Amino acid sequence: MSESDLLRMTVLHPAHLALGARMTPFGGYDMPVQYPDGVLAEHRWTRDQAGLFDVSHMGPGFLTLNAPSGDPDADHAAISALIEPLISGDIAGLKPGQLRYTVLLNETGGMIDDLMVGRPRLPDRQGRLYIVVNAGTKDNDFALIAAAAEGRATLTRADDRALVALQGPAAESVLATLFPEAADLSFMTFRRFDRKGEGFVISRSGYSGEDGYEILIPSAQALEVWDLLIADTRVRPVGLGARDSLRLEAGLPLYGHDADETVSPVEAGLAFAVAKRRRACGDLRGAERLARELSHGPARIRVGLRVLSGAPAREGAEIADATGAVVGRVTSGGPSPSLGFPIAMGFVPPSLSAVGTSLQVIVRGRSQPAEVVAMPFVPHRYVRKA
Amino acid sequence: MHFTKDHEWIELDGDIATVGITNYAAEQLGDVVFVELPEVGKVLKPGDSLAVVESVKAASDVYSPISGEVIAANDGLTGNPETVNQSPEKLAWFARVKLADPAEITGLMDRPAYEAFLQSL
Repeated sequence: MSESDLLRMTVLHPAHLALGARMTPFGGYDMPVQYPDGVLAEHRWTRDQAGLFDVSHMGPGFLTLNAPSGDPDADHAAISALIEPLISGDIAGLKPGQLRYTVLLNETGGMIDDLMVGRPRLPDRQGRLYIVVNAGTKDNDFALIAAAAEGRATLTRADDRALVALQGPAAESVLATLFPEAADLSFMTFRRFDRKGEGFVISRSGYSGEDGYEILIPSAQALEVWDLLIADTRVRPVGLGARDSLRLEAGLPLYGHDADETVSPVEAGLAFAVAKRRRACGDLRGAERLARELSHGPARIRVGLRVLSGAPAREGAEIADATGAVVGRVTSGGPSPSLGFPIAMGFVPPSLSAVGTSLQVIVRGRSQPAEVVAMPFVPHRYVRKA
Repeated sequence: MHFTKDHEWIELDGDIATVGITNYAAEQLGDVVFVELPEVGKVLKPGDSLAVVESVKAASDVYSPISGEVIAANDGLTGNPETVNQSPEKLAWFARVKLADPAEITGLMDRPAYEAFLQSL
């Protein structure tokens, strides 16, 4: 059986075909890699206006207490206690309506995945978490979470719905045409909206570095809402090609490339996602390694590179120090449409991680000069409301 | 003009072959943002890398369909890689090669045969 026989389709698949998308297998799904505008135009449109992305291949879900007490704070504490042993973040400390980026850890402090976990806003919906994991890892992630919560909470997958991202400076005013109150959301908060008697989950978040939203849409309304958004002249569809170049410019790691089970969140530059309270509380997976790396520094760390001349350095390219000794590898890289020069992320020893350090990248056997630069490569433009 | 199943075109002028990629190939690549050309004097065999074209997503080799020595490279592409998308079968030639074995040309497709080949894909 070929790979294509096993490919799943998102609810929005017919919309991509109608728009003339070029489709490619990704994370087990047949996904749009680009539309007729092409990757460069889609990338720039997202930075200038608003791009609409189908990310329904990802893994949204809800973890819900089987027997809530009815006390909102106690129920939130109880559901947090079920998921925290698997992850690095402080979920108990989330305020109502807050969403947090966190990491699923293995026993040695490596990353099983990165994910979003949110606490519902309303008092009558406590004892429940909104969770979004990556496409390629979702079956395993969901199995781990369900097993950890077994008997006490139930994991309900929502990946039969549509999940779309609307990203870019026009996103707020575009989405306000459908959901006026979405404009009040601050970065990394979310809430439920009702439309035609069904629930939508809208978060102010994304993976492009721009302001924007991720919207979980009931499957029966998915094509209608996609078409309504696309009909706005400020919105164009954007495929996975530009999604990747946008997140690279934003300095955001892509699981499976810039992070995997051998990489700790400290090495990946995600120490902020290892919550202070969790470091102290003793139930953190890989606590010994994480504590050691946090106090003495990791053996390697993810850095941003600017390639100063020559070809783009892509995943797998070797990184060498000024003497030519190989010190690491590029994990993501390519031309930056916004900046006009090649950029990359990769792992190097901390002694070579300072901004301004001169390094080399080896592309097709040739050494090319590169320099460590700060990430994000392109400034984030998240919108935080008071 | 002659064509290969790898979507390259070859224009002959005596024993000098000018090599590029077809409209179809350029369309498949998407926006070309970087081109790496062969050095003049490089001696190619069929299947050797003649050039590398890169889009935002990926780097793709252009393999030489013929044997011979590179006598010129289209350096204008280095500063204007988008020419590969704008004029793949005319302005965006990659290299001129002095043919070592003109018989290699005889196995290639003419335009009607190439068009038929595209239809079969």
